[in-house]
Amino acid sequence: MNKIVERLQNGIIKENPTFVLMLGMCPTLAVTTSAMNGLGMGLSTTVVLVMSNLLISLLRNIIPDRVRVPAFIVIVASFVTIVQFLVQGFIPSLYASLGIYIPLIVVNCIILGRAESYASKNPVVPSIFDGLGMGLGFTLGLTLIGIVREILGAGQIFGAQVLPLADAGKAGYTPITIFVLAPGAFFVLAALVALMNVIRAKADAKGKTIAPATGCFAGDCESCSMGSCSGKSSVKADSVAKEEE
Amino acid sequence: MSDLLNVTSSPHVRDKVDTQKVMALVIISLLPASIFGIYNFGVKALVLILVTIGSCVASEWIYERIVHKKNTINDLSAVVTGLLLALNLPHTLPWWQAVLGGVFAIIVVKMLFGGLGQNFMNPALGARCFLLISFTGSMTSFTYDGTTGATPLALLKAGEHVDTMKMLLGTTAGTIGETSVIALLIGAIILILFGVIDLRIPGSYILTFAVFVLLFGGHGFDMNYLVAQLCGGGLMLGAFFMATDYVTSPITPMGKIVFGIILGILTGIFRIFGASAEGVSYAIIFGNLLVPLIERVTIPRAFGIVKEKGGEKQ
Repeated sequence: MNKIVERLQNGIIKENPTFVLMLGMCPTLAVTTSAMNGLGMGLSTTVVLVMSNLLISLLRNIIPDRVRVPAFIVIVASFVTIVQFLVQGFIPSLYASLGIYIPLIVVNCIILGRAESYASKNPVVPSIFDGLGMGLGFTLGLTLIGIVREILGAGQIFGAQVLPLADAGKAGYTPITIFVLAPGAFFVLAALVALMNVIRAKADAKGKTIAPATGCFAGDCESCSMGSCSGKSSVKADSVAKEEE
Repeated sequence: MSDLLNVTSSPHVRDKVDTQKVMALVIISLLPASIFGIYNFGVKALVLILVTIGSCVASEWIYERIVHKKNTINDLSAVVTGLLLALNLPHTLPWWQAVLGGVFAIIVVKMLFGGLGQNFMNPALGARCFLLISFTGSMTSFTYDGTTGATPLALLKAGEHVDTMKMLLGTTAGTIGETSVIALLIGAIILILFGVIDLRIPGSYILTFAVFVLLFGGHGFDMNYLVAQLCGGGLMLGAFFMATDYVTSPITPMGKIVFGIILGILTGIFRIFGASAEGVSYAIIFGNLLVPLIERVTIPRAFGIVKEKGGEKQ
């Protein structure tokens, strides 16, 4: 039970894919023109993440190490296809606005990252919750960006007009259109990441560490998805060197 | 530091010009265009200029306060940014949009990248494009003499006849500072005489653009069309006052000419083949992004250094 809570917390707060790990930036920037699109994209990814983590964890002792990446991709692609058909069949409007980004979930680095760094090494139940935590963290990030962009760019939240628009002669909100266009995604993402860092720094100063930037500091290399981390690579290099000896 | 006795190793800087003086000269040279803009569009233009400058200076002051940096509003660069931005806005723009533009120019384009000298694109133009994309309606509605009318460039694009004499004087619709070519040229002469800018960037920019219009404008050797293209829109303002910004233009002599040629071609493409009648601001900020590359390939060879054969040795 403890492990489950820890995994959820890790995905949503400690290693939030959008604000901390900076993974999956392509859909993050492209589809968050509205809160609904962000939520839809996040939840689709969550479903794929949970299912692929589940299956990969089940098969982790069967998949040969050398062909693990193609094997992961086949599993992920199957679930993405299922999700794509379901969205197309039941929420056609969301399918129309997400477009190519649903099939592109296959190459979303969060999914392959979690498969590689967590699900392929850990038992089934923690893997499911790892996928759920990461997926919800991603959904949270996308929805937050979507909400900010929708308010500033259209005066709406989830399609409902919250700021009355200015009409001829009537005072009201004039939408700042740039926020629903591509540059706005960069502005909002940067501002939110900066805000998260401020909150983190403030908490650190008070002595309440919300979370270290990555799992490195706790020595938790197993669950860490930062492939380029120097500490991890040196560990790997050491083990390789030992094998060669 | 004492100006009299200052023992250092060479090279020695003998000039007493500093950022503040350069910026003050730029402001003085922009005054003719600003005064004409106020005469042309009335007191609303004056209010907009003051609001934009105020917004830029206040943004810089507040930002530096918050992040505990040295206060730099005395170098007048924020005033120049504000004035340039205001000259690039139609006088009918709501004041709060101008304020937003000033905040964007100073905080997003300049301060977040490290302040004056570190900004990768011209802050005033960055803000103009931000406003143009965000508030297309109010940024492209121009009124002159109480009636909403098209700018000379838009008329030209629609194939109508324009009065080039009026465009030289500046009694046409447009943004506050761009209409009067004569006022802008007076300012440009001041800048050149005081050595603040040289003619490489504006010269190669305007020349390239003229050649481009002659070749691809579709009007052959029509002097009226050519002069109207040269005097219309923000070309003069952009070429003399914004493309020459020290921070965002190349420092190598050859690079300046390359930069001007690139701007001329881009402006021509945007104006003649693009959907919009104007393209100077996009051309310049696009050129700003190419500056590091241009500088890299145009570094002058030091005297006495022999160029190595082939590209093998580094």
